[in-house]
Amino acid sequence: MTLHLDAVAVAHRGAEPLFPPITMIVRPGEIATVMGPSGIGKSTLLDAIGGHLAHGFSMSGSVRLDEADIAQLPAEARRVGLMFQDAALFPHLSVGDNLAFGLSRSVRGRAARRLAVEAALDRAGLSGLHDRDPATLSGGQRSRAALMRTLLAEPRALLLDEPFSRLDAALRAEMRAFTFEHIRDRRIPALMVTHDPEDAEAAGGPALDLTSLTPVSYRNCPVSKS
Amino acid sequence: MGTALHPVNAAAKDGRLLRAAVLVTVAAGLVLPIAAGFLQTARAGVGVMPAIGAADVSLAPFVALLDIPGFSTALRLTLLTGFGATALSVMLAVGVCAAMHGRMSPRDSGRLLTPFLAAPHAAMAIGLAFLLSPSGWIARALAPLAGWDRPPMVATVNDPAGLALIFGLMVKEVPFLLLVILSALSQIPVRRHLAAGRSLGYGRGIVWIKVIMPQVWPLIRLPVMVVLAYSLSVVDMALILGPSNPPTLAVLLLRLFSSPDIGLMMPASAGALVQAALVAMAFGLLLALDRAGRAIGRWWVRRGGRGLSAEPGLWIATALSGILFAAGALAMLSLLVWSLAWRWPWPGLAPESWSLNTWTTPGSGWAGALGNTLILAAAATALCLVLAIAWLEGEDRARRGRAGWAEALIYLPLLVPQIGFLFGLNVLFLRLGLSGSYLAVIWAHALFVFPYVMIALSDPWRALDRQLPRAAASLGAGPWRRLFAVKLPILLTPLLTATAIGVSVSVAQYLPTLFMGAGRVATLTTEAVTLSSSSDRRITGVYATLQAGLPFAVYGAAFLIPALLHRNRRDLLPGAAA
Repeated sequence: MTLHLDAVAVAHRGAEPLFPPITMIVRPGEIATVMGPSGIGKSTLLDAIGGHLAHGFSMSGSVRLDEADIAQLPAEARRVGLMFQDAALFPHLSVGDNLAFGLSRSVRGRAARRLAVEAALDRAGLSGLHDRDPATLSGGQRSRAALMRTLLAEPRALLLDEPFSRLDAALRAEMRAFTFEHIRDRRIPALMVTHDPEDAEAAGGPALDLTSLTPVSYRNCPVSKS
Repeated sequence: MGTALHPVNAAAKDGRLLRAAVLVTVAAGLVLPIAAGFLQTARAGVGVMPAIGAADVSLAPFVALLDIPGFSTALRLTLLTGFGATALSVMLAVGVCAAMHGRMSPRDSGRLLTPFLAAPHAAMAIGLAFLLSPSGWIARALAPLAGWDRPPMVATVNDPAGLALIFGLMVKEVPFLLLVILSALSQIPVRRHLAAGRSLGYGRGIVWIKVIMPQVWPLIRLPVMVVLAYSLSVVDMALILGPSNPPTLAVLLLRLFSSPDIGLMMPASAGALVQAALVAMAFGLLLALDRAGRAIGRWWVRRGGRGLSAEPGLWIATALSGILFAAGALAMLSLLVWSLAWRWPWPGLAPESWSLNTWTTPGSGWAGALGNTLILAAAATALCLVLAIAWLEGEDRARRGRAGWAEALIYLPLLVPQIGFLFGLNVLFLRLGLSGSYLAVIWAHALFVFPYVMIALSDPWRALDRQLPRAAASLGAGPWRRLFAVKLPILLTPLLTATAIGVSVSVAQYLPTLFMGAGRVATLTTEAVTLSSSSDRRITGVYATLQAGLPFAVYGAAFLIPALLHRNRRDLLPGAAA
């Protein structure tokens, strides 16, 4: 899958667009970064791509996954995963059930689904935490569980909204490596908004400054290796 | 650019449809009937009542109304009790909040207030009558000290000045206003403003009056209007505690409406219009006071006076409220004690002998009344919950908030006096052949249950972390799965609280049950009110205990169920930062 953004802009009730139109191509396994100060509309851009725009906002331009235009689809049909600052785990479900909520319907049968969830927990270093209350997890555990929940839904693209900003410095590097490794492994195009230059550095994909739309420290992505 | 704008997608369209459907339901089920009922009453009030052959518009009903003995006294009593109870309740509630704020956690105060909010007005009034009457607990406790060998001959209940009614209304209204003020205070940085004010040399009480209350008032104005409208038009409490001859206006009108002389229908309708005008004028007065208060307040603040200490006032308010709460608690207890008493001679503080006689003979009538009450409460509450959820979910799907006019619409049934439109509505229902049916009563209950359910559910619904349904959507969950698998389970606690409030509102309904049921649907409330004037306190005690017990049980369940289901979900337990 490749994510194409073609002259994407968002405006509120006929006002001036929040930022100049964005054109961007994110290839499989590539992590593109959009930077900019808070309040400029970074999260709104992700809302537009994911289909979560609030009433009164309208998007222009096109969002495509390979050749399919997804801008008209409701959020649940886009298969675009979303990762937040705080993990947004459902507080009424156990850790395992949170993952099962995400797990694609294509995995059938109770045993098979449980197995898939347990395997994902193992991969995230959360073995044995299936029945735990998500409120009792540490920050890092929560982020890993949220990532696993998102990946189990087999997203065709991933949006990351300042996913590491709530974590302390040591944990941030670890989570970053963990998240990016999974994205590259699965060859999912990912778009991250952040105000932390280190995030962009580590992502290694194309980086865009939303105020000026100039590429920041553009480097070729390491994805072509795999 | 050439590319299309896509402001809405299918889900938003779906949401607008749902929203429109709910609005139409609410308008057709709530606004239209109230308007139609009023119109019908108004027609009868100016002499047009084809059913009894009156067709000419005239002021004769008003003239007849003025001639009814005791009318002017009734009017005076209504104003005195309505304004008196409201003004005193507001002052006490504000004083208690100022004195107690920060000394009690919101959770503890919620727990303390809940039983008083849950207790139906009629049950509370009956209990207070048991407590305050010359042969009641208070007089019995005083008897040895005062040397009374028989109950004193003083009218402490049904007194001609309406003081017992004012007291009874305050027992119910102070807790309600406390709840409302506490929730308003949670939106204001009280602690910081208090610290800022005191560091500038103002006493605590003065900071409350000059700084905190002006911020609280706009948030509690509507609930205060509800209290005012209720106090001016209350029927059940006024029947039990109020002056009997002449009674307050609402009770006088009820007597006229239920009189066998149908010629009195028209003056009664004219009286209902007077009642409505009275409430409208009261609102006008309140808004005028609001304006004047602002001007005076600004002048007072600019003077910068710091000398006055409001501390004694705060403590008096707290002490008086303490008395109200104690009286309310004793009143509830006395219901239970009387229902179990067999022989209880003066001046004993407890019955000499106990009996389960009344309880063990459900056939004596309470079983049927309990059944009716349960059916009505369950149906009305379920209907209102579904409607409220559909409304809120429609807002979510259309991705927009509530229009101001819709917010006002929700309060409408609580602001118009019941007697003003219920009579006219019953006339309409009679014509449609619906009068006296369960359906008509369920609908009438829903009219008053819906606002409270909606108020109880709106804030928690909107406070729900928006990222959770978004995360669910990004995982492929459609709108229905988001509603049933994410939102409703997370909102279980507020949903159950709304259910408990709905049940307690339905159980408490007296006038709607009486009018729309055409006297044929007997509930615990209608029976308890009827029995309260009889002499057998044991039977009255059973009905009133059941009437109060039902809401208590549902509130208890609303506390226990989430605590059990979520015992392993820290973020959903009460007290968790949601």
